[in-house]
Amino acid sequence: MTESPFSFPTFRLEAQGLAFARGGRTLVEGLTFSLTNGDALVVTGANGAGKSTLLRGLAGFLGAHAGTSLLIDEAGGRETIASQAHYVGHQEGSKPALTARENLTFWQAMLALPGVSSDLTPDAALARLGVPQVADLPVAYLSAGQKRRVGLARLLLAPRPVWILDEPLTALDGAGQALLTQLVKGHLAQGGTLIAATHAPLGIKSLQLELGGAA
Amino acid sequence: MSANLRPSPLMALFSREIRVARRLGGGGTMGVIFFLILVTIVPFAIGPDLNLLSRIGPAILWIAALLATLLGLDRLFQADHEDGSLDLMLTSDTPLELIVLVKCLAHWVVTGLPLVIAAPLFGLMLALDPQALGAVTLSLLAGTPALALLGAIGAALTVTLRRGGLLMAILILPLAIPVLIFGVSAASASISATTPFWPPFLILCALTLATLAAAPFAVAAALRHMSE
Repeated sequence: MTESPFSFPTFRLEAQGLAFARGGRTLVEGLTFSLTNGDALVVTGANGAGKSTLLRGLAGFLGAHAGTSLLIDEAGGRETIASQAHYVGHQEGSKPALTARENLTFWQAMLALPGVSSDLTPDAALARLGVPQVADLPVAYLSAGQKRRVGLARLLLAPRPVWILDEPLTALDGAGQALLTQLVKGHLAQGGTLIAATHAPLGIKSLQLELGGAA
Repeated sequence: MSANLRPSPLMALFSREIRVARRLGGGGTMGVIFFLILVTIVPFAIGPDLNLLSRIGPAILWIAALLATLLGLDRLFQADHEDGSLDLMLTSDTPLELIVLVKCLAHWVVTGLPLVIAAPLFGLMLALDPQALGAVTLSLLAGTPALALLGAIGAALTVTLRRGGLLMAILILPLAIPVLIFGVSAASASISATTPFWPPFLILCALTLATLAAAPFAVAAALRHMSE
């Protein structure tokens, strides 16, 4: 389904001795890993183990307690992960008063990387996510699953090499989950990288990271 | 659709902000109505003394504009924080300082500019003479952007608080005092023979420019800290 019109340049995502604290409590500690094009890392762990904290930290919303995480390109140039990543968290980032199309047009302009553009239009992206009928509806009127699909559509509209997905299967029905697996496979085939926290299996070959610490 | 046909990120943000404000039906009209109500109740409180009214008219208009500007400012970043947009904006290529500036500009266009346009009309209700009407309008045009930018600092600091509106007002009102002082003294120049118009007006412009230069950095720093 995903005919890759381009593929991402070679890069390495390096985390060195990362530690994140939340409210004075260290949740993730001494985390070192390296990912490259086509790799997927699935983070598992009990509720409260620090999955979301880790992902928010990698996306740059939380300062690291210790250690570094970087994206290193072929030429050795270093960039923050945040500047190259899509983050999908518990909220969709959609304005309820605006239509799905207006929301996506905005995020396409806001999140597009310089020099990388997608030929997809918001309508086409919504069609790819199986919800072409919602383009003209204010997001406030959509169901939770539809909102999630609208939120995921921005991953296609503004190609970015790193996808950071926090419980991406939430609210999606069976078909939606299969669709997401398909999108993720397409992204990895394009040379993208995925870091996801999830309880349900995503149906892809991936590295596993189990976070200790309980609720 | 090629890349150069797309709106730039900041243009897209500006039009989104205007759309959201218009669609909710709040924004500008709400501020202007609040402004009108404040200006209307003052003559009832003071009584039918036209001389007194025209003497304190500029000050009333300024205080009403200050309070009307605060209205709705608490949602400036809070709404984006709640629906996750703020996180996504942090991953954008566009610096947060510019995003903040554009959001403030859009907020001013929706809420501040209507006040400036309505001021001469409402000034008539306070028995201001034409010269004073012009002075008030001009001083509001120069001063309300500073109020919106200062308010944005308070809005950013209280972004995670549910009932942050009152705290924001407490934080911001002291900072708004210089703007109020020079705004009112420029506005009442035509009424009192002792104060000239230009010196306070130029200081007011300077205050606005200084806030314009400094506030985006303060707001962005506060937002980065608060998103943790």
